Amino acid sequence: MDLRELKFRGTQVAYYVVCQRKLWLFTKGISFEKESEYVQLGKLLDEISFSREKGEEFAYEPVSIDFFSTGEGLVVHEIKHSSALEQAHILQVKYYIYYLKTKGIKVSHGIIHYPKQKKLLKVEFDEKDEELINEVVRKMDEVVRKEIPPKVINKPYCKKCAYWEYCYG
Amino acid sequence: MAEIYYITTNGTLRRDENTIMFESGEIKKKIPIENTSELFIVAEVSTNTKFLSLLSQNGIIAHFFNYYGYYIGSFYPREGNPSGHVLIKQVEHYLDKEKRLYLAKTFVLGSIINSEKLYQIDASEHLEKLKQASNVQEVMQVEGSFRKLCYKALEELTGWEFETRTKRPPQNPLNALISFGNSLVYAKVLGEIYHTPLNSTVSYLHEPSEKRHSLCLDVAEVFKPILTEGLILELIRSGTITENDFLEETEYCYLNLDGRRKFLRAFDNLLKSTVYYPKLKRKVSIRTLIRLELYKLVKHLTENEPYIPLNYHSLKK
Ligand code: SF4
Repeated sequence: MDLRELKFRGTQVAYYVVCQRKLWLFTKGISFEKESEYVQLGKLLDEISFSREKGEEFAYEPVSIDFFSTGEGLVVHEIKHSSALEQAHILQVKYYIYYLKTKGIKVSHGIIHYPKQKKLLKVEFDEKDEELINEVVRKMDEVVRKEIPPKVINKPYCKKCAYWEYCYG
Repeated sequence: MAEIYYITTNGTLRRDENTIMFESGEIKKKIPIENTSELFIVAEVSTNTKFLSLLSQNGIIAHFFNYYGYYIGSFYPREGNPSGHVLIKQVEHYLDKEKRLYLAKTFVLGSIINSEKLYQIDASEHLEKLKQASNVQEVMQVEGSFRKLCYKALEELTGWEFETRTKRPPQNPLNALISFGNSLVYAKVLGEIYHTPLNSTVSYLHEPSEKRHSLCLDVAEVFKPILTEGLILELIRSGTITENDFLEETEYCYLNLDGRRKFLRAFDNLLKSTVYYPKLKRKVSIRTLIRLELYKLVKHLTENEPYIPLNYHSLKK
C-alpha cells in the first residue's frame, strides 16, 4: 500500500477544519512548533500511550496513521490528546479511510482515542463521506493556492495554537 | 522555557550521553540538554565533533567568543524551520529596490526611536533625512551620523572617554563594552532567527555578503540601543562596572573575566525581564520581543502587513 500519493497530510485536513490560516501557514513551511509546549505534550502522550502497538512501516511521510488493527476490515486508529477539536479529528480519520479505500483496502471504521479523557470515538464512513472528502480536498487546494494567508480567526482556541504569538503579536 | 547557558571559564565541553558536560580543573558541571536553548561560550574551550553533533541533534546553537571576548562565530545547526516560500519572498524584497529601501529604512528607524529616548536627544532632523534617503547607502549614512550623536551622549552621560569608535581592536573601555555588547546582540538575534522560517543570510540594510548571517545585523539595529547601550549606561551609572573591569594591552582594551561575567549576567537578566505587550495582552520577555520582531518581518514578507519596528520605550515595564 503506497500512502505516499496522498496530497495532504492528515494534520492538514484537521487544520482545514480548525483554521484555514493555519493550514496555509503550515503548508508554506511557516512553522514555529518546535518550542511550543502544547505540541510537545501531544507528541509525548502519543509516545507513551501506544508505543507498543505502533507499526514501524506506517511511520513514514506524508501520512502517519497512528496504528491499524484488523477486524472485519482494517480499523484506523488515531490518538489525540484533547477532544476539544473533535470535528477536525473526525474529518482527519475519514480522510485516511477514504484514501485507504481508494487503494482498494477494505476499511470497516475508524477509532479516535483520547487517552487523557479515557474516551473512544468511533468514526463511520459512508458514501456521503466520499463526496465530503472530495469537496474538502478541493477547498484545501484553493486555500493553499492563495498568495496571502487567510485572516486570523479570533477563536478562543487561538491561545493554544502554536501560531498564537505569530498571528496576534 | 529552555535556558541560555553562558560559559565563562576555560575548560572542556563534551558529550556525556545526553547531557552537556563542562569540565575545568576541579569543576564538573552537567547541563541537561532539554533545558538548553543556546550556549554563549565566552572563554577558551576545547571540544569535539561528538559534542557538536549533540548540539546539532537538539537544534542548539553555540556562539563562540575568543579570549578577549570578541565574537568568533556561531555553530548553527541545519536550518531549523526552512520555508521555500519565505525565502523566495525574502529574496524578492531584496531584489526590488523600493522594497529593500523600505526595510532598510525601518531598521534604522527602529534604531533611532529606541535611542532617542535613551539619550534624550532630538532625532527629528535625522528622521527627516531618513525619509528623504533614496538609496540604502544614504540610509546607512543617516544611521552613522546619528550613532555619532548617541556615542557622544553616552560619553557625556558616563563621563567615560570615547573619542572615535574603534572597532578592531577597541582601544578604550567604552569601545570594548560596545563591541562586546553588540556581538552578544548579534548572536542573540541569530539564536532567535533559528526558530523562525527566516533565512539569516538575506538582508536589506546591510549587504548580504557583509557577514554570513547578515540579517542579524539588520535586526540587531533595533535592539542594540536597548540591549547594548541601555545596558552599558545602567552598568556604569550604578557602578557595577568600573574601569577596574578592563585589561589594557598595548593596542587592546577588553573586559576582564570579572567584567565579562557582570556584563553577561546583566545581559541575561535584561533578556528575561518582561514588559507589557498590548497586542498580546500580556507581559513578554525582551527575548520574546526579538522573536516577535522577526514574526513581524515574516508577516511583512508574506502577508503585505507593513513591518513597523519595535518602539521599546512605549512599552510599560
Ligand atoms: S492562532 Fe488562531 S488564527 Fe492563528 S493559526 Fe492558530 S487558530 Fe489560526
